[in-house]
Amino acid sequence: MIDKKFIGHEFAPVTAEVEKGRLRFFAKATGNNDPIYSDEEAARKAGYPSLPIPPTFLFCLEMDRDNPFDFLDLLKVDLGKILHGEQMFTYHAPVCAGDRITFTSRIADIYDKKGGALEFIVMDTQARNQDGVHVADMRRSIVVRHG
Amino acid sequence: MTDIRNAEKGSIVGSLTVAPITRHTLALYCGASGDLNPIHVDIDFAKASGMTDVFAHGMLSMAYLGRLLTDLAPQTTLRSFTTRFTSITQLGAEITCTAKLAERFSEDGEDRARLELTAVDQNNDVKLLGEAVVALPN
Repeated sequence: MIDKKFIGHEFAPVTAEVEKGRLRFFAKATGNNDPIYSDEEAARKAGYPSLPIPPTFLFCLEMDRDNPFDFLDLLKVDLGKILHGEQMFTYHAPVCAGDRITFTSRIADIYDKKGGALEFIVMDTQARNQDGVHVADMRRSIVVRHG
Repeated sequence: MTDIRNAEKGSIVGSLTVAPITRHTLALYCGASGDLNPIHVDIDFAKASGMTDVFAHGMLSMAYLGRLLTDLAPQTTLRSFTTRFTSITQLGAEITCTAKLAERFSEDGEDRARLELTAVDQNNDVKLLGEAVVALPN
């Protein structure tokens, strides 16, 4: 069982830059042919200063660091046993290529179901840009399979 | 795609069917997303973890739902986007994303619509259920 003392644990902030090449690769990998996500001129014509990030990309950007699964080490959870349960995004301001986003995460909850056969880790993450503007909030729920 | 402002409540306002998910799809998504969990690309790791094969990232299908949303409305109007991953998406899955108009309402000084989202595979097995809130331009 995951030690519930970690509920409320806050992680050190992590910062990642939104890169154009990465966004083009993401558009390709997700089959997104809308030119605003890969062609800067199309993005500017649509009113964006540069390529905008697609709706789920903040989740990816937060993983853009040495060990994106460091929280599993802390909680002593095996990477091979996790599944993504739920994902929420709340958007407050646009994010585009060139922005530097700082993510601050905390463990909001840890609980179990089915007599401990499944455990759940809920993580809340706040995202701010280089000017300190609060751009988004994320909540993810991770399922840990036992047995 | 239907204009959300004029659509009837409960009606489907948009859908998107994506090419079947291959190992190559997962390799590309692994690199592009930065979600490097080997369970999605390394069959040896997947088997050692008790799975029969690699399987798709839930966030890949959420990205497909995101494509549907930004086809329906400019991304700057997207206020929230939530999904629950209800079952594992296997290799070969052909994902169809659907958005249904749940309601229109006013909040924070703007007109908004709540969309119900589903992603199913070719057997109509539900993979993701979710909702999004978009602002409606005046």
